[in-house]
Amino acid sequence: MRRYVFTTSHRVVGVQYLLLGLAAVVGGTVLSLLMRWHLAWSDANLPGWGQIKPEDYLALVTLHGTLMIFFVMTAAPQNGLASLILPEQLGGRYSAGPETKISARMALPRLNALSVWLTLLALLVLLATPFLPGGAAISGWTSYPPLSAIPAAGPGQSYGMDGWLLAIALFCLGSLLSAVSVIATVLTRRLQNMRWMQMPLTAWSWFVGACMVFPAFSVLLAACGMLFSDRHLGTSFFFPPIDVVNSVVLRHAAGSPLLWQNLFWFFGHPEVYIAVLPAMGLTTTLLGTFSVRQSPGYRAGYRTMVFSTIAIGLLGFAVWGHHMFVSGMNPYASRGFGLLTIAIAVPSSIEVIQWLATILTGGLRRATPLLFTLGFVSLFITGGLTGPILAQPILDSYLHNTFFVVAHFHLVMGMAGVFALFAAIYYWFPLLTGRLMSERLGRWHFWLSLIGAYAVFFPMHFAGLAGEPRHYAQLTGTAAYLATLLPLQRFITIAAFLLAATQLIFLWNLLRSLRRGAPSPANPWNAETLEWPLTEDFLVRVHPS
Amino acid sequence: MPQPVRGAGLFIALTTPQTWLPRAGSLHAHAIDALLRSSLFLLFVFCVLAQVMLVAGLLPRREQNPRFSRIWRWIATGAIVVLFVWMTITAEHLWSTVRLTRAEANAVPVEVTGVQFQWYFRYPGTDGVYGKTKPELIDAAGGNPLGLDPSDPNSQDDVVSSVLMLPVDQQVDLRLRAQDVVHGFFVPGMRVMQNATPGRVSEIHMTPNHVGDYAILCSQVCGLGHYRMHAVLRVVSTQQFSAWMAQREAAQTAR
Repeated sequence: MRRYVFTTSHRVVGVQYLLLGLAAVVGGTVLSLLMRWHLAWSDANLPGWGQIKPEDYLALVTLHGTLMIFFVMTAAPQNGLASLILPEQLGGRYSAGPETKISARMALPRLNALSVWLTLLALLVLLATPFLPGGAAISGWTSYPPLSAIPAAGPGQSYGMDGWLLAIALFCLGSLLSAVSVIATVLTRRLQNMRWMQMPLTAWSWFVGACMVFPAFSVLLAACGMLFSDRHLGTSFFFPPIDVVNSVVLRHAAGSPLLWQNLFWFFGHPEVYIAVLPAMGLTTTLLGTFSVRQSPGYRAGYRTMVFSTIAIGLLGFAVWGHHMFVSGMNPYASRGFGLLTIAIAVPSSIEVIQWLATILTGGLRRATPLLFTLGFVSLFITGGLTGPILAQPILDSYLHNTFFVVAHFHLVMGMAGVFALFAAIYYWFPLLTGRLMSERLGRWHFWLSLIGAYAVFFPMHFAGLAGEPRHYAQLTGTAAYLATLLPLQRFITIAAFLLAATQLIFLWNLLRSLRRGAPSPANPWNAETLEWPLTEDFLVRVHPS
Repeated sequence: MPQPVRGAGLFIALTTPQTWLPRAGSLHAHAIDALLRSSLFLLFVFCVLAQVMLVAGLLPRREQNPRFSRIWRWIATGAIVVLFVWMTITAEHLWSTVRLTRAEANAVPVEVTGVQFQWYFRYPGTDGVYGKTKPELIDAAGGNPLGLDPSDPNSQDDVVSSVLMLPVDQQVDLRLRAQDVVHGFFVPGMRVMQNATPGRVSEIHMTPNHVGDYAILCSQVCGLGHYRMHAVLRVVSTQQFSAWMAQREAAQTAR
């Protein structure tokens, strides 16, 4: 109990985060399959459920988005992997002499442990909302008021919405504590004399990510408080002066629904980078590790990568308005946000070109973690290249909230992020368990997942170009030409079921390798970072400090 | 034609944006489509190049690794930056002409109101002035979905329709409102999308230039009926539009 549950051990907390993320990703995937099923075959009865009603569909969308964005894409790569790896990567196991792991710990370990418990509590609250009267909230993971502010605006907007707000507030607190712990760890627990410019890119991206969590989640926490206060305490931050719901006139002091959108996206866009920066750092580190052509220490381009990461972190706070091009925002503001968004595409492109240069010239040793890293790069490029299209206000005012955007962020953040998580698990599994995961199953898992990811999300671009909005429960009974997209959506649904089934290979590999995996050498990938046991002379050569 | 060639042709046809984009019906739609098509094509080329490099990195190697020196990294970065800059300049020009201009004085004024889960369109009538509305008077079942105030003379000739009827080749000046929650006024055929937010009026203008029916959708999740919140935009000749308007005016006065 003390050893595996109520503990401040950074590794156990990290594993707890990953298990929480695993539970959330399984839940979120099942929900997405139900959505896909309903969208493709709207009249079919679901065994044990019956007909999925339109409000059920929206509840599924909302829960799916909330689970995946917060409890998977934030909790696992940022809070979880940082706790799991960061202290040792900064040299924790060496600072009190070699071979003593005891000193590897997060700074503020109790805070770090508390963060995972708050996150678990948030998850439980969120998962309880479908069972409240009215069901789960239906306003999407962005919860725009007045839909989210007025209980009468829809089923699930009463108790379900309050539950959603509570869950997100708890999650914000958890992530803020985790970020404090990560920042403090980087500041105080680096191996003696490890300079900033000697930190691995993974450590840099966790650090920059944690620095972004601060303003982003603080603002979201405040916004949740304000929305709760609008709902129950008679304030009017987000209410228009007059709102008529079902012919009932609601009068409030003059607030603005756009204020929520500004606050939410001030959080929401940095959040995207919080989710993907650890994956980018991991990619840089792993490509270095798996390159045959070794250069001493960190590769050429290290400084470029560090500065690109910092530039992304800073610019990430100046682009939120590109989610609001069609909101009624001043069109000159749209122009400014559009230009800044193109600006942030530059450091991302530089990182991608650096990766491609390493991939072409490094001479790669093939292994499952590398395959998933390459998969990340592939998906990140395919999803990322539509970013500059959506950054143009004039093009976004056709494509906004269509399946084109769904394709964009599921490729660049969702699938790419998940591939990076897989890479991380295949990569660090031997460090944590002393066993190797099966390479054969890993290869099957990789290739089927890659094909599946493209089969599911690439065709969505076409649905978006055709003008199909997201959040549509069904295509039948809507504008006639949308019904012509039904075959495409059915294809996507079938691909989604296959992609989900493919993940059983991973789960099987994980469980089997835990018990019966081949014993791993101490440093199976010949890694150069300090979480692996490095030989003395290597240490002296690579890390002169 | 041999099977593989036909297959390739089909693939190209299916992946060409023009196949998927709905028929364009407004003046600016063709310019948007042209920009979208060329951007997608160029980005697709970049994407394919990058994926080829990824595969090349996986292939078994001879002794000598290919070079990808600093110069080439600069050239690649430069190429992608040039593409971004070209896209941005073209797009911003278009944005200026479409959105940073005022509606013409002779544009047809129409007020669009979104309400769960219905679009209403109001024409100001012969006086050219929208009459007063009162939220307390809103009564969709009683035939007054917008709450027109009958005591205001300007209201009496206002025409409220559930179809957005527009004359061809004439600019239309839309003001967007919402009664309850945020709705998204989306006309794919016109390449127009703009949110209607309660408490605010958003203004957009456009010029339909092809006669026909176009779907109006809701693009911002607004509640359980979001997927079925749609209406029809009907572009007709100027004569047909005048006749329709006269008939609606007559019906309005008779009531």
